[in-house]
Amino acid sequence: MNSTVIKHYVDQFQHLQKELISDQLQAHRQSAIELLQETGFPTMRQENWKYTDVRPITGKLFNTTTVDPEKISTETFDNLRLHELDCHELVFINGRYSAGHSILKALPEGVVIKDLASALKDHPQLIAEHLSGFSAAEHNGFSALNTAFIRDGALICLPPNAVIEKPINLLYLSGLNDQPFASHPRNLIILSENSQVTVIESYIGLNDSDYFTNTVTEVCMKQNAHLQHYKIQQESMQAYHIGSLKITQAKDSQVESHSISLGGALVRNDIHSLLEAEGAGIRMNGLYMATGKQHVDNHTRVDHMRPHTSSHEIYRGVLNDHARGVFNGKVVVHKDAQKTDAVQSNANLLLSDNAEVDTKPELEIYADDVKCAHGATVGQLDQDMLFYLRSRSIDENTAKSLLTFAFADEVIRRINLDPIRKRLEYQVIGRLPEADLIREFAA
Amino acid sequence: MLEIKNLHVTIDGKMILKGLDLKVNAGEVHAIMGPNGSGKSTLANVLAGRDGYVVTDGTITYQGKNLVEMAPEVRACEGIFLAFQYPVEIPGVNNIYMLKAAMNAIRAYRGEPPLDAVEFLNLIKEKVKLVNLKEELLNRSVNEGFSGGEKKRNEIFQMAVLEPKLAILDETDSGLDIDALKTVAEGVNSLRHHDRAIIIVTHYQRLLNYIVPDQVHVLSDGKIIKSGHRELALQLEEKGYEWVKQEAAAA
Ligand SMILES: Nc1ncnc2c1ncn2[C@@H]1O[C@H](COP(=O)(O)OP(=O)(O)OP(=O)(O)O)[C@@H](O)[C@H]1O
Ligand SMILES: [Mg+2]
Repeated sequence: MNSTVIKHYVDQFQHLQKELISDQLQAHRQSAIELLQETGFPTMRQENWKYTDVRPITGKLFNTTTVDPEKISTETFDNLRLHELDCHELVFINGRYSAGHSILKALPEGVVIKDLASALKDHPQLIAEHLSGFSAAEHNGFSALNTAFIRDGALICLPPNAVIEKPINLLYLSGLNDQPFASHPRNLIILSENSQVTVIESYIGLNDSDYFTNTVTEVCMKQNAHLQHYKIQQESMQAYHIGSLKITQAKDSQVESHSISLGGALVRNDIHSLLEAEGAGIRMNGLYMATGKQHVDNHTRVDHMRPHTSSHEIYRGVLNDHARGVFNGKVVVHKDAQKTDAVQSNANLLLSDNAEVDTKPELEIYADDVKCAHGATVGQLDQDMLFYLRSRSIDENTAKSLLTFAFADEVIRRINLDPIRKRLEYQVIGRLPEADLIREFAA
Repeated sequence: MLEIKNLHVTIDGKMILKGLDLKVNAGEVHAIMGPNGSGKSTLANVLAGRDGYVVTDGTITYQGKNLVEMAPEVRACEGIFLAFQYPVEIPGVNNIYMLKAAMNAIRAYRGEPPLDAVEFLNLIKEKVKLVNLKEELLNRSVNEGFSGGEKKRNEIFQMAVLEPKLAILDETDSGLDIDALKTVAEGVNSLRHHDRAIIIVTHYQRLLNYIVPDQVHVLSDGKIIKSGHRELALQLEEKGYEWVKQEAAAA
């Protein structure tokens, strides 16, 4: 069915192999490309991909980028850097790491923050050990494709008790290529006992170009490790983005995940957390906004494997024009996972008659003493609220924007990293009519 | 200031107002009383311009303009203010921000520059005192988690800030304690002015001890069936509505 595209990637793979043959990950790559040839890309016949047709991606033959990241002038993206936040910043352009543009500040002893290519030279064992996070069954065509092309990305590794105060921003900028291209960033975050860090993954389109970002991040959390994770997806409106975040959590480890999805023509975000030991917990906050013909699909899955684990999830969607949203939140409470605390909610705001959303919370519970709740809603702007604001002389468009922002801000205001929250509020408002009139609102 | 003639209004195809006449001059306070479901809130909402209320016959003229065709926000900019019977809660929209946006929209409509932050804050401080609103409520979301009485006070507070030309108070006195009733009355009285008018919808003549109306009307089954002075309210409280209805039916 998608044999042309698979052959295309196999050819690319063989070409790339000549460059990368000597490194430690060749076996991983090899088995991944074989897996891709076997399984192909997902289709709508698969339950997990029921509402998302990936043929716009698999029907295209994306090349590799020809842009030299070091030759891109810093002015091109200076306003996209997180200047207002004192952070480490690893910059990738079209998926290729740029040492010249990256800013790494002093780090505590034993902490590794590196681009993956250099990390492969310095810490091959560490990487090989942790990259095996996916079993063959869990792989889909896209994650296999990502593994087959592992090359660029970031390694973040904290030794026991290390606490990194400054957040780490992985800035993935794309565009500026003369042909449609694909990139396959792979990030690996290893947090040892009692370590703490904040990681931001930003995916930003530099212009209106056509490209495909296929990204995978794996996180390994040891006992009592703490991670704040942000994924900010603002790809170009022509771009395709498939991204997954896979987390394994040991005892008492805590994750706070914020996923904000604003860009992209066709987007799929997956988060999967395995709560493997008692006391492990995850909070997942998500916002997706889509307009025009954007299609945005968020799939989350939490496996509660042991007692006293918790997951709290709030996702909200705002869909305008002909946009299509998909939310699927799966919570599996395994047999041993008594005293699980799992709360999930998904609310969607449809701003036009042509916008659509498919939302499906899925609870699978095999333990009997658990506290689980979930709810999903799809609605329009509240007419009583709208009339109230208008009766106070606020015009209809402004009133609608205000109410839409208030709805979205329920997710954004949970971000406690001020500069990020402010930036996102600014951007979310910027997408609404009469933006300038309601700017002050978020101040 | 306001002249309503033969007003017929339907909601979802159901006739609610059935030929209502009312004339309110600048400087006057009118009280409207009437049984539950008689159409008082419908009248208030029609004046404010709520969608779904269809004027099938009759006219509403406000300051010489045809009100029926005007968008709610334009009416508000023209000086109409409705204090709602059931003020809605708006999570995530800050009370004070909303007021500022409202204030500046009205000023822009009149061709005036927006108030600067200091002027606005001073105005707020003054009015907060006037209506005795707890200051902590200012920075909450509009009406969110407010008690019934606090919501009503907030409506009067907004009215005091926006200084409308025609204020319509829909049962603002319901559910208020005696002290709150007095403050609301003070708020309203402070607004009394020879070029403003006030319409008060109420079930209790008690409020009229504090805000003495120029006229009292009885609205029953979609029509004003009797008008009188302050004493009419006392009579209604004593004897109920039945006698007025019979009188109207006989006429
Ligand atoms: N959205 C609606 N759809 C259908 N009927 C409605 C609607 N809103 C109001 N009505 C009806 O219109 C009539 C008048 O209602 P209205 O709220 O104006 O009464 P009211 O005089 O304010 O009563 P109260 O004293 O109880 O506040 C009632 O019979 C009510 O059920
Ligand atoms: Mg009423």
